[in-house]
Amino acid sequence: MSAENPKVMEKEIQKPLSPGRFTDMLYELLGNKRIRYSVYAALVITALVIPSFADNYVLEVFTNAYFYIILCLGLNIVVGYAGLLDLGYAAFFAVGAYTTGILTSQFGFNFWLTIPFSILFSVIAGVIIGGPTLRLRSDYLAIVTLGFGEITRIAARNLEITGGASGLIGIDRPMLFGMRLYQIHHFYFLFFVLVILAIFISHRLYNSRLGRAWEYIREDEDAAEAMGIDRVRYKLYAYVMGAVFGGVAGSFFAVKMTAISPQTFLFTQSAMILLAVVLGGMGKIQGVIVGALLLVFFPEIFRGIGDMRMLVFGIVLLIIMVFRPQGIWPTRRS
Amino acid sequence: MSTFDIFLQQLVNGLLLGSFYSLIALGYSMVYGIIKLLNFAHGDIYMAGAFVGLIALSFVSGIVGAGWLGILISMVFSMIAVGLLGVLIQRAAYRPLLNAPRLSILITAIGVSLVLYNSVMVLTDGEFKAFTTDLGFAGVGLGNVHITYTQIILVLATAALMISLNLFISKTKYGKAMRAIALDKDACRLMGINVNKIIAITFFIGSALAAAAGIMAGVYYGSIHFFMGFVLGLKAFTAAVIGGIGSIPGAMIGGLVLGLLEAAGTQLPFIGSEWKDVFAFSILILLLVFKPTGILGKTETERM
Repeated sequence: MSAENPKVMEKEIQKPLSPGRFTDMLYELLGNKRIRYSVYAALVITALVIPSFADNYVLEVFTNAYFYIILCLGLNIVVGYAGLLDLGYAAFFAVGAYTTGILTSQFGFNFWLTIPFSILFSVIAGVIIGGPTLRLRSDYLAIVTLGFGEITRIAARNLEITGGASGLIGIDRPMLFGMRLYQIHHFYFLFFVLVILAIFISHRLYNSRLGRAWEYIREDEDAAEAMGIDRVRYKLYAYVMGAVFGGVAGSFFAVKMTAISPQTFLFTQSAMILLAVVLGGMGKIQGVIVGALLLVFFPEIFRGIGDMRMLVFGIVLLIIMVFRPQGIWPTRRS
Repeated sequence: MSTFDIFLQQLVNGLLLGSFYSLIALGYSMVYGIIKLLNFAHGDIYMAGAFVGLIALSFVSGIVGAGWLGILISMVFSMIAVGLLGVLIQRAAYRPLLNAPRLSILITAIGVSLVLYNSVMVLTDGEFKAFTTDLGFAGVGLGNVHITYTQIILVLATAALMISLNLFISKTKYGKAMRAIALDKDACRLMGINVNKIIAITFFIGSALAAAAGIMAGVYYGSIHFFMGFVLGLKAFTAAVIGGIGSIPGAMIGGLVLGLLEAAGTQLPFIGSEWKDVFAFSILILLLVFKPTGILGKTETERM
């Protein structure tokens, strides 16, 4: 009888022990390739047909959600893949947004040409902050990034070129194939394409040599170094890669909003993005997307709580860290 | 004003600012020394100390007035209350995660910080609260510089707190246990030291010192705000790193050095007061590049 079906037995024993039975079911379901791809295809089709019936408010919320998915996937490379705590992620998003804003409005650049500059400046900022601190314990990185976030915001507020406290206004809308992008459904599709691109890059990175090196460093730094992985260099790659995601997202944010100000890049912003990544499940693309969606939809649904929002978020963060530190949809790698 | 007057004025400003940094940096360093945690919520503990102190003062001032006696009583009350808050935070949020990956406990600390300052924000509607006292502006004049008695007493009070802390750590049984845990936690357990109790005492003292700094800042600046702990916490951390994190005399020296550097920085061309925070963080980043162990830190290279 015991030899009858060991697999079933095993499951019966495991079930009461596992805290996330729902996620177990989900994993089992998505483990089947055919089901997985049909679910993904259904999601993509849903996303593509939403603009044909949704009103502008719904599209605005969705576009915002896509924007946060990109930011969260970027931070996920730093926090989830490489295990480094970045508390000033909004700074990279600010670097990208201001680069595009300044180059288009003051130097007359075409929007698409500003993206390479955003990437360049994000990389430079990433190397300046990451270079010295990644040699030390990662606690230092956390607090230095927090300081860097503040420096960027203070600099944006006090410099003339960034428009001071009122920021930049009247940033030009981008042109694409001779069409000016200005309506909300234009940006809906633009950000949707970016999300697909971000997911693709994240997925490829995760399964690459680089991704495996990051995982090794995250799990056991000394062992990784003993295996010949240059830990400082690989950590810097992760940090800079996250910076580039933030910078590019910032560029697109600038042209969508047409106005940016230092108030957009408060510490709260960095904390929210981090919360979404932790909430969803560090290192897991699907988890991070769920986290980002919750981050955007939760306040829209519970508009009534207003100022209490961050308090509720802080409490949620604490409860998750104490009781379910791996997040809603954590990564599992065999 | 002559150059000497400006120098003297900035010296006084720097000493006071440095005193606040030192008191808060001590909490960072003590907690770091004992459980290797950067307690992000520490700046918010300082903020909480100021608010608890203000509430206590509003009760006490009806009986003894808002002079030094009233301030002393509210300070003692606030130090005990916020010290217990620190112990509670440690017990509820940090202790369950002591053996979890480092990232989890750091994120938890941010969560605690968010909860603390947002609770105060909701309770105060995000407004500045006046910290009214009867101290006045009496003082002594040195040349053209007027130094109030308040400023002198605050610096002396900080010195008294630091001397008591040093005596506590070097002379008492608990202080010895703290130093021992910083060296080897497991060996301490085997020697019969109640490690959890000592960690709780460390949080109590660190939080009480931050609360004292919070009230002093309230008395000095005359108003308090829910966000006052954020930048100050960051700078106190910078001070702890300057002195050598984990070292108690280092935190004291680091705070004073940072306070004086900042006061000097406001006089430099191109820096001025808008850029003073940028100046402090740049010092932090430069220090981490060239001397990450700080002035009094140990030279061990530890990795995570």
